[in-house]
Amino acid sequence: MCTVCGCGQGETSIEGHEHEHPHEHSHPHDHAHEHRHEDGTVHSHPHPHEHSHEHTEHGHAHDPLHDPNTPHYHEHKGDIHYGLGPAHAHAPGLSQERMVRIEQDILGKNNTYAGENRQYFAEHGLFAINLVSSPGSGKTTLLVKTIEDLAGRLPVGVVEGDQQTSFDADRIRATGAPAIQVNTGKGCHLDAHMVGHALERLNLPDDGLLMIENVGNLVCPSSFDLGEAHKVVILSVTEGEDKPLKYPDMFHAADLMILNKIDLLPYLTFDVDKCIDYARRINPKLEVLKVSATTGEGMERWLAWLTEGVDVAIAARQQNVNLLKKRIAELEARLAAKG
Amino acid sequence: MHEMSLAEGILQIVEDAAGKQNFKKVTEVRLEIGALSGVEPDALTFCLDVVFRGSVAEGARVELERLPGQGFCLACAETVPVTALYDACPKCGSYQVQATGGTEMRVKDLLVE
Repeated sequence: MCTVCGCGQGETSIEGHEHEHPHEHSHPHDHAHEHRHEDGTVHSHPHPHEHSHEHTEHGHAHDPLHDPNTPHYHEHKGDIHYGLGPAHAHAPGLSQERMVRIEQDILGKNNTYAGENRQYFAEHGLFAINLVSSPGSGKTTLLVKTIEDLAGRLPVGVVEGDQQTSFDADRIRATGAPAIQVNTGKGCHLDAHMVGHALERLNLPDDGLLMIENVGNLVCPSSFDLGEAHKVVILSVTEGEDKPLKYPDMFHAADLMILNKIDLLPYLTFDVDKCIDYARRINPKLEVLKVSATTGEGMERWLAWLTEGVDVAIAARQQNVNLLKKRIAELEARLAAKG
Repeated sequence: MHEMSLAEGILQIVEDAAGKQNFKKVTEVRLEIGALSGVEPDALTFCLDVVFRGSVAEGARVELERLPGQGFCLACAETVPVTALYDACPKCGSYQVQATGGTEMRVKDLLVE
């Protein structure tokens, strides 16, 4: 939304309600806005407070012929300010207010926790993936099948996120793999802090796979880094091929898309190629695997992808260990030389 | 989407700053929200209003600055403006566009008393 005039230019768009209008108003801050020319073309450009305009008492008259690329300062009754004064107050010194610079990422705290998780994974040779999808895409079934297939080959642990119940963790534990259920209560996603706590309780063996099954939700989990190596989005073919376009944030955040339940394709009108094309419009680098957790079709490639990830994590840990060993040997040699 | 969590994150940032910089009241909070960040400005403003109640920021104005979206078009090999993650390149029409800017979500500054 344009915060100045209140015209709805935000991301909420209501079909059939076009909202483009040229607006003229006086305003003292930066924002982007749209211009409509007489020939009907509309263009939008950032409007970073860099045009010539005159201050009257508190209003600005905009020069419509401004060059948006020309930076300049504002003159205000003899005072000079660069638009960076206390929250663009126009009468410096008259107000008791002061401005506090913050410049902090809103997700900064989550990202700090995510960084700690990432370090934990690196130190323990764990390949961590964050599985995201809408509810009912078959995440848990895929996990159970994956754990069964990897049994004896790799240690696997699971963090299960759901609003309520421990049904999913129970299903995982039935396979013999360690699992921790995180109930988010009213929350719509897992955050890095919750995962950090789950890790404390999970006590995973080193050099293995950690699968974090996020809350079934194609929107919110996309923004929260949990410290994982990859987000994996699971889309089942019963859902409709246009989901990547409807929920672009998630497909943008993911590195791999699993098209699940492909055994049902003969009974559906799902267009696989179209779906992949839509997903790659959002994310040109997205990898795609076609899988049926029920029949096992495509599972080999999925397991190979996981094993490869685990191998890389183990190799990275080994390299760190070797570097540390080398460093210790150097220090010991130096100590011995002194002694 | 998860605007409530974000609003709580913003309050946390504000309260941390209040503790460090010793102010008792916040009259304005300025945010920078990228066009591709997946944040719904109206919903965020609404949530902030609720979350700020009873805090140092109760009743504070929320100024939301939208930062434009940017992508790198693999076909054109250059940075182009985009308004959504699913936008085609405005120059060549290709969908091989990787978002590179406009995903920010930041608290820029506060006006305090």
